Amino acid sequence: MSVRRREVIQLRGDADVVRVRQTVRGVCTEEGFSLVDQTKMVTAASELARNTVVHGRGGVAVVEALEDGSKRGVRMTFEDEGPGIPDIDRAFQDGFTTGNGMGLGLGGSRRLVHEFQIQSTVGAGTRVVAVRWR
Amino acid sequence: MERIPILRMGEYLLVTIQVDMHDQLALTLQDDLTSMISKTGARGVLIDISSLEIVDSFIGRMIASIAGMARILDAQTVVVGMQPAVAITLVELGLSLSGVRTALNVDKGMKLLRALLDAPAGEDLDVRSTP
Repeated sequence: MSVRRREVIQLRGDADVVRVRQTVRGVCTEEGFSLVDQTKMVTAASELARNTVVHGRGGVAVVEALEDGSKRGVRMTFEDEGPGIPDIDRAFQDGFTTGNGMGLGLGGSRRLVHEFQIQSTVGAGTRVVAVRWR
Repeated sequence: MERIPILRMGEYLLVTIQVDMHDQLALTLQDDLTSMISKTGARGVLIDISSLEIVDSFIGRMIASIAGMARILDAQTVVVGMQPAVAITLVELGLSLSGVRTALNVDKGMKLLRALLDAPAGEDLDVRSTP
């Protein structure tokens, strides 16, 4: 599997969440994603980037265009050094929220992608990787 | 400060969201709309989201709160113009926007608002029967 393009975005505030959405839109368009698939990825990116800013107290997003044989895809990685998530299973439940959202961020964004991984250590930070293939 | 303009037309307030909203802008719109309803005594609010390329849980929550707050202030809200890709994604995300009235476009939305305001008090209109 090779990475054909890589964009790194610092996540500090609201405006950076918008920037991530635009970057993901651009990369997905370039990779030939359909409009519906682009929209799913951009929406997932928005949820995850907001998590990084609000719950992770800021971090970094990496958006990559992937090529695996004839397969094309986009991978998004969100990393923060925030407080971490004590109970990941609970964080995935729809309606569970510690912030002021609807609690759909993690569970919802997992439904919008093909591959989803999360690692979180209390006191050390959280890393989420989400991939969608064309 | 950046703001989304709210137009007043008779007893209606019209909003067209044409920018990629960051969260603070969405919250500002929510505040501005509720104060406008209370200030003008508007009975109907039409929100056109045809330019919105995504609706995530935050924006969805903002739309639902606007509809809820407007209802308490005796105004009806109709959201129009959602793109099909946005609708598909919203449902998969887990957001149903229940309690928010929607219409395909501005024309149908205005018809729905007029019908809602004309309906006798206490009677809930069957939205599906609106032509």
